[in-house]
Amino acid sequence: MSEHARLSISVGPDDHSRGPLDAKLTVVEYGDYQCPYCGQAHPIVERMRTAFADSMRLIFRNLPLVDVHPHAEAAAEIAEAVGEQGKFWEIHDTIYENQHDLSDAALLGYVEQVGADVDKVKSDIADGGPRQRVEADFEGAIRSGANGTPTFFVNGLRYDGSWLYEPFFEYLTQVLES
Amino acid sequence: MALKAGAIAPDFGLLATPDQKVALSEFTGPVVLIFYPADWSPVCSDELSVFSAADRLFRARDAQLLGISVDGPWCHQAFKEQRNVAFPLLADHNPKGEVARAYDVYRDGDGTSERALFVIDADRTVVWSEVSPVGVNPGADGALRAVEAMS
Repeated sequence: MSEHARLSISVGPDDHSRGPLDAKLTVVEYGDYQCPYCGQAHPIVERMRTAFADSMRLIFRNLPLVDVHPHAEAAAEIAEAVGEQGKFWEIHDTIYENQHDLSDAALLGYVEQVGADVDKVKSDIADGGPRQRVEADFEGAIRSGANGTPTFFVNGLRYDGSWLYEPFFEYLTQVLES
Repeated sequence: MALKAGAIAPDFGLLATPDQKVALSEFTGPVVLIFYPADWSPVCSDELSVFSAADRLFRARDAQLLGISVDGPWCHQAFKEQRNVAFPLLADHNPKGEVARAYDVYRDGDGTSERALFVIDADRTVVWSEVSPVGVNPGADGALRAVEAMS
């Protein structure tokens, strides 16, 4: 296992990032907006960010598993298009908080809710930029050995343990102290 | 120990649907064999969803993915439909685990195969293999890299 399951695309300035840039812990989450486990992990990750405060940075990248989650691609493209308008985390949170309804109409409603320009989102998606970004994330996820949704990489290494609060917190504490 | 790089990949003919067999020798390009313990188990379901999503990256290299477990063809059919798996799932159920034994990845105690991946080239030689702990989903990176290294 050791020669792979490493983040193949380094964290860079184009990533969606939350938390201090110089944090000792960089957690990259590959997620799918329709995946119920990702929905469950979302508040856990937020609790983790509160717990580790200045020591943790979160990066989110897309891994839509469209064979099982038919709305995942559209939701990811919406999030990326809104991200172009500087409101990525607003739409990201809103989508996860409303995971029960990811219809196209509902997604556009969330765009409006976070105060993004709906027409621009539509035209950006029609131009294909968000799709390309999601595809690039997807390929990077596969090449990194992402093995389901969500997959977390902590300082570049795939974390195969449970992402429930206690075990994940314990692991991050260990990494931080090592 | 699972067959390693350099071994001849044993041929097989297994049901992919209740009335259709698939043989390794039918494929003229690289083949990735994905042995997994059981349909429906959580880790296996995630593993197959990831490979299914990654299918297009393998196809771009003319590589064929094949899933194999000891479940029967009717079970595979229901699982494949529910998870929308993009590649065939082969039933190594009669005699149970015969192909897993040929690749040396059968777990006698559990009556299932290991969680193992084999990349096989067009000459039917194993070029890469890996056995993962049963509880750890390997992801598709190692197999993809092995397929790409071939071309």
